[in-house]
Amino acid sequence: MGKTITEKILATHLERDVSSGELIEVKVDVALGNDITAPLAIVEFEKLGVKSLFNPDRVVLVLDHFAPNKDIRSAEQCKFVRAFAKKYGVKNFFDVGQMGIEHALLPEQGLVLPGDIIIGADSHTCTYGALGAFSTGVGSTDLAAVWATGEIWLKVPQTIKFVYYGKLNPWVGGKDLILHTIGDIGVDGANYMAMEFTGEVIPKLTMADRLTMSNMAIEAGGKAGIIAPDEITLEYIKPRAKREWKVYASDSDAEYVEVREYDCSQIEPQVAFPHLPSNVKPISKVGQVEIDQAVIGSCTNGRIEDLRLAARVLKGKKVHKDIRLIIIPGTQQIYLQAVKEGLVEIFIEAGGAVSTPTCGPCLGGYMGILAQGERCIATTNRNFVGRMGHKESKVYLANPAITAASAIAGRIVPVEDIL
Amino acid sequence: MKIAGQVFEKFRADINTDEIIPAVYLDTTSYEELAKHAMEGIDREFANSVSQGDIIVADKNFGCGSSREHAPIAIKACGVSCIIAKSFARIFYRNCLNIGLPIFECGEVDKIKKGDVLEIDFQTGLIKNLSTNETYSTTPFPEFMQKLIEVGGLMEYVRQKNRL
Repeated sequence: MGKTITEKILATHLERDVSSGELIEVKVDVALGNDITAPLAIVEFEKLGVKSLFNPDRVVLVLDHFAPNKDIRSAEQCKFVRAFAKKYGVKNFFDVGQMGIEHALLPEQGLVLPGDIIIGADSHTCTYGALGAFSTGVGSTDLAAVWATGEIWLKVPQTIKFVYYGKLNPWVGGKDLILHTIGDIGVDGANYMAMEFTGEVIPKLTMADRLTMSNMAIEAGGKAGIIAPDEITLEYIKPRAKREWKVYASDSDAEYVEVREYDCSQIEPQVAFPHLPSNVKPISKVGQVEIDQAVIGSCTNGRIEDLRLAARVLKGKKVHKDIRLIIIPGTQQIYLQAVKEGLVEIFIEAGGAVSTPTCGPCLGGYMGILAQGERCIATTNRNFVGRMGHKESKVYLANPAITAASAIAGRIVPVEDIL
Repeated sequence: MKIAGQVFEKFRADINTDEIIPAVYLDTTSYEELAKHAMEGIDREFANSVSQGDIIVADKNFGCGSSREHAPIAIKACGVSCIIAKSFARIFYRNCLNIGLPIFECGEVDKIKKGDVLEIDFQTGLIKNLSTNETYSTTPFPEFMQKLIEVGGLMEYVRQKNRL
């Protein structure tokens, strides 16, 4: 019996064969923490009394969730992480001015590569699966243990294979494919399992679209959301990588717990209604949903390709007078690129507010919190009760083009409605 | 080891970590403070009214969403002795084992009611409902996870394994 890409990556790191279901302790290539998960890890790590990190060059710390500091308490947490990075010689420490939203930043900086095992104390660490890496989110204690030992305990996951075929409809991208998939299998449809995205549509997707798909694997409970590298992956990796990488692919006779196929010609742009990412409707069935705010950004859709899409829709138009449009480029590089390409000008002329990179509103931190009863359409990843503010506010998840179009219309609409 | 306690609350399916501890409280590492806000996203009174040793029960996929360890910490620090659910979301599940908060996967949670008194045997994994005299089985932990539970969490495991 052949092996999946996930089993192969884990087996190489363990230097022996593995099968799904096995519990292993395996070497980690990159360990990531941020300003809200690292402080708990630092407390645990320092209690251990270990003198050094397993490999300071493979530890990445990003201040992105409540940074630039949203208040005094966030400032204290950032200060705590900053001091830790200095004390233990963490070079890959990203502070305001260099930082971006971690899952947009790490691939851009070439810090995560095909074939890697990446552990991050952030649930959206599954994003890097799009590069052909095994990458998964854990808690702070796990991160502290990796800092000390360089190893993580894992159950080798079973894999569900998703096959996407057919022609993509206009304004349909990675966000719509993954929302449709989560709608199909539910928020725990892939719990404990790896999701592997395959089929003729995947090689036609940009890296940005693929990163969006892998990013939301966790919203179906997935441990990983993996895509075998191809030419597009390597084109992305080559100019960025500063170390060796290895490309893996699943064997044709690999064992899957399930195979699900989707005819993409039947998939419209998707909108996830409150209060679960699985509560999706095609745009044609949305009905009349008026909104107060629109957010374009986050680790899910804050890349340059996402901003270009939004700009295509917003160019020469005005945001509805009753709507606040907030646009958050994922990293400094993306922000600069957006300035150079004239995208920021389009956004500002349309009446949008453009922010420095931050996770901010996505998790209800700051930079666009919702009041009681308010509704927001967002390119983010979660629409749980109270996720972006008041318990009685509502978040609708969609792709950047639908979000931009809705900001113009003042209600959730297909892009064609405003063109 | 056995523990006994009363079912303080029975939660629906897909309780997420934003409901367990809203993101505004992720600016602290203080257990006492997190305890004050446990389950606040779904029940503002929870932390004030739960008693030491109480048990919480839930339907499937408890703890879905973010990786914030603040969630199991808040539950543990406010006095909850154990969580029984049809299933747990993966990251929450490992966070509980790592910090030494006992959890049990049980297919028969539909039979458990709020207020029932339960006795849980950690060795056999059997839950005895002292209010109804029923007994429920739970999913046994693999050997490695048993070890984590026995030593009281991941950091102690790392300490022992690496002789720190």
